[in-house]
Amino acid sequence: MDCASRSLDSGVVTTVPRPARPAREVYLDHAATTPMHPDALEAMVEVLRRTGNPSSLHGPGRAARRVVEESREQLGALLDARPSEVVLTGGGTEADNLAVKGIFWSRTAQDPARRRVLVSAVEHHAVLDPAAWLAEAEGAEVVLLPVDAAGRLRLDALEAELAEHGATTALVSVMWANNEIGTVQPITEVVELAHRYGVPVHADAVQAVGHLPVSFASSGLDAMTFSGHKLGGPVGVGALVARRDLGLVPVLHGGGQERSVRSGTVDTAAARALTVALDRALAELPAEAVRLAGLRDALVAGARAAVEGAVLRGPEPGGSGDAHDLDGAVRLPGNAHLTFAGCEGDSLLYLLDSRGIACSTGSACQAGVPQASHVLLACGVDPDEARGALRFSFGRTSTDADVAAVLSALPEVVERARAAGPASR
Amino acid sequence: MRVLAALSGGVDSAVAAARAVDAGHDVVGVHMALSRNRDQFRTGSRGCCSIEDAGDARRAADVLGIPYYVWDLSERFEQTVVADFVAEYEAGRTPNPCVRCNEHIKFEALLDKGVALGFDAVCTGHYARIETGADGRRELHRARDAAKDQSYVLAVMGPERLARAMFPLGDAASKDDVRAEAAARGLGVSAKPDSYDICFVADGDTQGFLRERLGSRPGDVVDVDGVVVGAHDGAYAFTVGQRKGLGIDRPAADGRPRYVLDVRPSSNTVVVGAAELLTVRGLRGERAVWFGSLGRDEGAGDARDEDHAWTACRVQVRAHGAPVAARARVVAGPDGPGSGVEVALDEPLRGVAPGQSVVLYDGTRVLGQATVAASVR
Repeated sequence: MDCASRSLDSGVVTTVPRPARPAREVYLDHAATTPMHPDALEAMVEVLRRTGNPSSLHGPGRAARRVVEESREQLGALLDARPSEVVLTGGGTEADNLAVKGIFWSRTAQDPARRRVLVSAVEHHAVLDPAAWLAEAEGAEVVLLPVDAAGRLRLDALEAELAEHGATTALVSVMWANNEIGTVQPITEVVELAHRYGVPVHADAVQAVGHLPVSFASSGLDAMTFSGHKLGGPVGVGALVARRDLGLVPVLHGGGQERSVRSGTVDTAAARALTVALDRALAELPAEAVRLAGLRDALVAGARAAVEGAVLRGPEPGGSGDAHDLDGAVRLPGNAHLTFAGCEGDSLLYLLDSRGIACSTGSACQAGVPQASHVLLACGVDPDEARGALRFSFGRTSTDADVAAVLSALPEVVERARAAGPASR
Repeated sequence: MRVLAALSGGVDSAVAAARAVDAGHDVVGVHMALSRNRDQFRTGSRGCCSIEDAGDARRAADVLGIPYYVWDLSERFEQTVVADFVAEYEAGRTPNPCVRCNEHIKFEALLDKGVALGFDAVCTGHYARIETGADGRRELHRARDAAKDQSYVLAVMGPERLARAMFPLGDAASKDDVRAEAAARGLGVSAKPDSYDICFVADGDTQGFLRERLGSRPGDVVDVDGVVVGAHDGAYAFTVGQRKGLGIDRPAADGRPRYVLDVRPSSNTVVVGAAELLTVRGLRGERAVWFGSLGRDEGAGDARDEDHAWTACRVQVRAHGAPVAARARVVAGPDGPGSGVEVALDEPLRGVAPGQSVVLYDGTRVLGQATVAASVR
């Protein structure tokens, strides 16, 4: 229909052209969830057609078990871990809970004095909230380790903390790469420091696995979380890769599956699909990382040029070299996170959504109410500026046309959001 | 038109949004988060502040196939509606927070943000009709269902904001019809109970809420001659016309029930007396808002009060009160010429509390509204 706009004060009717919804959806929220790889989808459907509980002893059970164990072996090979170190879970959040609670319980059982839990201030809520729960319910002392302006862990703070309290620390949990601002953490250094004090280290690598080269063995980590749907696999499956001598105390009790660390019937089809997805992601990774870093850099450069007050949050990528030298990458190749001073993130989100562009504010919300990002606040970003945040995350289906669509919409969107601004709060 | 549909999570706003979609508008649903620390579940009859209500609103938007957002207006709500509520009681008046919410939140904060983002109108589940008058101006009318009519709490928005409002339920025959329509549309909220308590006051305990904010302020309860007849813990907790809980320790000389006649914050006293002393023959209102000719032609300029003609109308002084015949004229108020109204009641009313809204009607049409500043006895 014809869209007319009536000016509030003058009563004059003026016609404002409405931006037409683009023919194709621009999906730039791959860090929230990314499309399943066609091969993973096909493998999943194929397994779903078959009946068989991998714990059953009969033929169909044995067939399912074979799929699970082959998947486990392949996952281990892909991540440079032993098959027996791969504990399949119902996703990243469950794996993080198992790591944080399971290691804490195991360590305090061995030595009741070890009650300190060190986590970075920019962890995902799947790590922060179990830690907070341990503090509330189990008497843990949780320490939030500070980060620098780019979101990188302050190793000096970790070192000082361990020097003073190393003997009473149960575990350290630092994410491999940040889900909001893409910061890659110095995992090797963290592990080296913590191990000096005999403290195990867990890393939430949900955003890293499939996007950066990850070797569990050479990282030295004691436990590492990853999730299916962030790398082309299905939602509802993930894994905790954990050293066998860690003595993880289970969170879920029941049938004793997954060497009694994680009870519950193993999802054969999901395990298969996760494996296929990771295999494809790693095969494509070297070329894909360079391609996505190129899209990211184009979007960041374009946004900075087109919109006054657009600020990149997280580390400045080291040009294309950052993508080529993946082992030294400081930022996730597919992550662009920007703040726009004077805007509300939800206004920006709506205006882009109405133009067919899907992205995210990057931070958690409570029943839909956007909260100021704890990640940005930990980086020292002004709370008002933190409110106008947008995260664009690229993936396998992203193209130059997506970047162009964002850059063409952004100036008007930011202008409108600024007009709607924080004044209405 | 691009329409912003306010979705409370209740049945009315959901059906209103559905009707806007049917009318061919480009509709986006917004749930307003008005409280920082929201309850997980809806309890009793309180409005729309729980997370469960937000979930119901989201589900309604899903059923209608429209986008859904939550806007955090809690700071603004606290600064305007809640702060006004407390300040008004503290000043000895009796506020209507639903009027203030329509004034400052739904048709200001929400509307302004919506307009800035490119919306043409705000759609709500209120029961009132918007019509176009002979002169092309938008008029606010009572709803078809008189029992559900909410024009009383909407009049405060004034004509400019009315131009951006949309009330698709104004023609609904009854709430039952709206519920049936919701069920027929597959909206799960069709059987949700109505809300009628003040949304930010837990358990309907206004006095407890005020005491928490204003503390204990002991003072005297006096009769019309100034004789102390009792004690109170805070004059702010009393409302003109109130009979119960007066804290009077001995009966009146004539043995008849006594009512609150006046709340005087300056002396922290509550004045009580017999029922007939509550009789009100006229009202003076301020912060007047006018629809149509009454305010526009006669409120302008520096005409003296006496220059304005009396207009026959009906006035309503309570959200669910019956309208009474009266004559009204535009007068000067604290906000300048035309910002006040003087009302002479043809039939007296009882116990009109300052702070309440007085809304003037010509038949079903709203002529204007003002906040009661004083009553003439």
